[in-house]
Amino acid sequence: MNMKADVTRRTLLDVQDLHTVFEKDGNEVHAVNQVSFDVKEGEILAIVGESGSGKSITAMSLLRLIPSPPGRIVGGRVLFNDQDLLDLGDEQIRRLRGRDIAMIFQEPMTSLNPSLRIGRQLAEPLRVHGSVPKEKVRERCLELLRQVRLGDPEKRLDAYPHELSGGMRQRVMIAMGLACLPKLLIADEPTTALDVTVQAQILELLRDLVRQNNSSMMLITHDLGVVARYADRINVMYAGRIVERGTAEEIFHRPKHPYTLGLMESMPRLDQAPGSRLTPVPGQPPDLSDPPPGCPFHPRCRFAEARCRSERPPLEQITENHWKACWVDTDAKR
Amino acid sequence: MGAYVLRRLLALIPTLLIASVIVFGVVRLVPGDVLDLMLSENAYSSNAPEDRAQLEKALGMDKPLYMQYLSWAGNALRGDLGESLWRNTPVTEEIGARLGVTLELGILALLIALIIALPVGIVSAIRQETLADNVGRSFSILALAIPNFWLGTLVVILPALWWGWSPPTEMTPFFEDPIENLKTFLVPSLILGTSLSAVIMRMTRTMMLEVLRQDYIRTAWAKGLRERSVVLVHAVKNAMIPVITLVGILVPILFGGTVIIEQIFRLPGLGQLLLEAVSTRDYPIITGVFLVTGVVVMLVNLIVDLCYGYLDPKVRFDR
Ligand SMILES: Nc1ncnc2c1ncn2[C@@H]1O[C@H](COP(=O)(O)OP(=O)(O)OP(=O)(O)O)[C@@H](O)[C@H]1O
Ligand code: SF4
Ligand SMILES: [Mg+2]
Repeated sequence: MNMKADVTRRTLLDVQDLHTVFEKDGNEVHAVNQVSFDVKEGEILAIVGESGSGKSITAMSLLRLIPSPPGRIVGGRVLFNDQDLLDLGDEQIRRLRGRDIAMIFQEPMTSLNPSLRIGRQLAEPLRVHGSVPKEKVRERCLELLRQVRLGDPEKRLDAYPHELSGGMRQRVMIAMGLACLPKLLIADEPTTALDVTVQAQILELLRDLVRQNNSSMMLITHDLGVVARYADRINVMYAGRIVERGTAEEIFHRPKHPYTLGLMESMPRLDQAPGSRLTPVPGQPPDLSDPPPGCPFHPRCRFAEARCRSERPPLEQITENHWKACWVDTDAKR
Repeated sequence: MGAYVLRRLLALIPTLLIASVIVFGVVRLVPGDVLDLMLSENAYSSNAPEDRAQLEKALGMDKPLYMQYLSWAGNALRGDLGESLWRNTPVTEEIGARLGVTLELGILALLIALIIALPVGIVSAIRQETLADNVGRSFSILALAIPNFWLGTLVVILPALWWGWSPPTEMTPFFEDPIENLKTFLVPSLILGTSLSAVIMRMTRTMMLEVLRQDYIRTAWAKGLRERSVVLVHAVKNAMIPVITLVGILVPILFGGTVIIEQIFRLPGLGQLLLEAVSTRDYPIITGVFLVTGVVVMLVNLIVDLCYGYLDPKVRFDR
């Protein structure tokens, strides 16, 4: 099911050394710290990591949606079709948002405007980017709602958000993201508000629509089960950095980084209640305004050595399809 | 919604009755007595007790207070608020002649306040911590700190001293010559409106900042909307809900302001009527003015509630 990492595929998005900080009580919180990754055309790239690891902030930095103040992108490049998004003027980036790169946010309950009808909100990206002729907008909205399998689409267009359940709102958000057939869809926990069977439906739908439009998707999630089924490649984030990267196959069958190993061990098994989330790895993530010296994971790492406490391991390629940021050969030590 | 409005209007009646009992009672507690005033003013033969009793009887004030109230309330329900004790003109006529002035002053002041407060508050919020924001906020602190009677007095006195100019004090009815009429009202309503705008502006700014942090605003940006649409379509409507509430609360305060400003600019409004009635203890007029302003305030609150229905789709009028 997963594509083999395909070197011949064109790179759609190339993120280099992205660095985003937040000002908090006079300290700088390094929410995204020198992050580099790329997204190929037609690929589904997953970003996984526990809460607070910087997944959403990475995604929002790409579209320059970081609330400022207190946030600021202090460095790096975001090349989309070889154009640096961080260099674009406000008007240029605006034209790109929703049309070339769309984002589905994590919070379906609060991401729709409570005082505007669904139809109005869904039509906005179509109208502002002129994606379809004016008289076709309503028709396209209905089509989108049918695509995300929202029952009774005619009626839904006239509804207000409070009249819809969380799951329905999430479908509306997805429809909105897909409206202009973006080349890159960023889906931040797109299925949190849904129950398990619907989750699978929606993810399959997202995958099919992405494949159908020949777009790419950046899928952000806590759920390794989801990642295993839908992602082509995986980036594992910890404390604002990418600590391991590889094809889904590599990461699942040959995880190397101790943090990834911890995540794998905590994966829900069949005998657990669906949707239950474990604290993946014992211990707390570091304070991002004052990260520990050396490897940021060392206070929680069972493989830690003296060197880990003083030197930070860089993200290095270990095989053709596998990168990791760790000093230790975990295979040898297990 | 029609049924809702009707029910709300009917609900005004008991509220007004309770308010009128309080007003009726409080007015009579004001020290000093209309009988004493009349007796001394009209230089009745002497302050003889028989004169006093006669006068008391003529004014219907010999009966116990609750009887006086009941007959007053009965008449009020039929639209008769009694007669001025001094002029023998019907209270409704006295009020009718003045209500227009006060309403015009109040409405103009409110409009001016909103015209200043909304744009300044919105710009202040979307350009937080910039020059525009600081100018706006300084203005609002200034407007809050300067009492409008002081500003009003200056506006009347200083130009008179410097250029021998003073604001027109002859009132032209609006429908006779709107321009002349507005000239009379311009300065007083500017003063009243400016001082009112300070609070509204602060509330607008605060609410805009609050709304602009919401997730749905981020969604709006992510769609590629222009700043204009994000602010005017997505933010303002939600930010206006508490601002409208504030406007409802400000209306009685606004009336207090018109009493003072009418005095300074010699506008023949309800405020003037009220002050005069208080100093002559003209009880029916005082009670009448309070009753009418009470009705106006309650109507404004009804309008405010109807605005909620427009701004917030969760509000429904069918219960
Ligand atoms: N508005 C903010 N002010 C200060 N710090 C912030 C703000 N937003 C995010 N951060 C910091 O950025 C870090 C990363 O946040 P982010 O939302 O990207 O985490 P995440 O990986 O998406 O987590 P989750 O899985 O819970 O969504 C947080 O730990 C927090 O310290
Ligand atoms: S570098 Fe050391 S501390 Fe960091 S993950 Fe590897 S083993 Fe653990
Ligand atoms: Mg997140």
